[in-house]
Amino acid sequence: MDFELMISSFPKLLGATVITLKLLIASIFFGLFLGLFFAILRLNKNVFINKFAYGYSYVFRGTPLLVQIFIIYFGLGQIEYLRTTILWVILKEPYWCAIIAFTLNTGAYTSEILRSAFQTIKPGIIEAGKSLGISNKIIFYKIQIPIAIRQSLPAYGNEIILMMKGTSLASTVTLMDLTGVAKYIISTTFKPIEVFIVAGGIYLFMTFIIHNVIKYLEKKYSFQQ
Amino acid sequence: MELLAFGKTGWGDELFFATLMTIAVSVTAMLVGFVFALIFTPLKLSKYKPLNLVGNFYTTVIRGVPELLVIYLFFFGGSGAIMYVASIFGYYEYIEINAFVTGSMAIGIISGAYSTEVFRGAIQSIDKGQFEAAKVLGINKFGQFYKIILPQMLRLAIPNLSNVWQITLKDTSLISVTGLVEIMRQSYIAAGSTRDPLFFYSFAAVLYLMLTYLSMKLINKLELKYSKGY
Repeated sequence: MDFELMISSFPKLLGATVITLKLLIASIFFGLFLGLFFAILRLNKNVFINKFAYGYSYVFRGTPLLVQIFIIYFGLGQIEYLRTTILWVILKEPYWCAIIAFTLNTGAYTSEILRSAFQTIKPGIIEAGKSLGISNKIIFYKIQIPIAIRQSLPAYGNEIILMMKGTSLASTVTLMDLTGVAKYIISTTFKPIEVFIVAGGIYLFMTFIIHNVIKYLEKKYSFQQ
Repeated sequence: MELLAFGKTGWGDELFFATLMTIAVSVTAMLVGFVFALIFTPLKLSKYKPLNLVGNFYTTVIRGVPELLVIYLFFFGGSGAIMYVASIFGYYEYIEINAFVTGSMAIGIISGAYSTEVFRGAIQSIDKGQFEAAKVLGINKFGQFYKIILPQMLRLAIPNLSNVWQITLKDTSLISVTGLVEIMRQSYIAAGSTRDPLFFYSFAAVLYLMLTYLSMKLINKLELKYSKGY
């Protein structure tokens, strides 16, 4: 055990954690909206809209995140037309490519989580709202969404933890996130176990925090106060 | 389409064998995972605190740390660990481990943590009365487990194990960083030499979709088979 290496690599790894957290927060934030949007499309009665939303979630859940990030980072740059548009400013940066890939990926999982949450809401609750003369829009925003959020919290917590682990793939497109820096230190010092303990410890700590925040929210929003 | 031709001109045959490699690694990793699950599920269910702690440590650490980090640990640390063990037995030559072995061990350990959780959940949801009834009927421990608990457990576990399989299948793409030529690595090589990454990575996505779709169909059949009595 090389304790000196563990101590000296800790600040470097902690600095890289900032990038990991930035990637996580950005993709979770955008992914939640994307997921909500596609969950609403899934509930649409129009077959085409429905099938489109299903296709999106099927493709992104059925392929590895690594493929998705490679298609966006290496693949899209190949289209000559894209290089001339304003989009290229974003797509030439590995940082934004990673966020786009993560957002699309977590959006697919989030849409499934939210869809099943919407579907488990008892029809009686919506009917009760209707018979009280509340408009459909307000029923959706004030009744369905809060209940769906409560229902989906446990599954969504898992998704955030999975996404946090997913951000490690940013290191494959040259970003120096926690895993990227860990790999760099391992390949220069050849001390994989020591670096794994420190980097893994930081990841576990983040998992622990997310887990407890979700647990707290679950308690806060539970029906039995 | 010329890019996908079989033979020397295209990448068809290379990608075909790469797909077989992905399947081989996934199946091996899943089986390695079952071995780990068979060891750690009893530990997690054990009444003894220290054993319990060991089981919980395994599933918590592996499920809380990125797969890529575990793969790097095995990739960089694997041969070192084996050489250390070999040196105890007096063997000091350099030992290089096959990328297939490193990869399927790393993914297997990850898959095992998820399988452990599935088995634990399945065993816990079997009615206590089943264990007691088996004991009263004088069935020995071995028979209790294989003839009574296991069949019921499998029925409950198969839907969740199918999720574990999907995760394992997708995780194998990460082994490409160690140089094992599976779908992802082959696409990377093809994309590099033809300068057409968009096509080859999209094709890789299609291959993965095909694998997940086909395995879904197969698992649904299994599920039907094990839920016959219900």
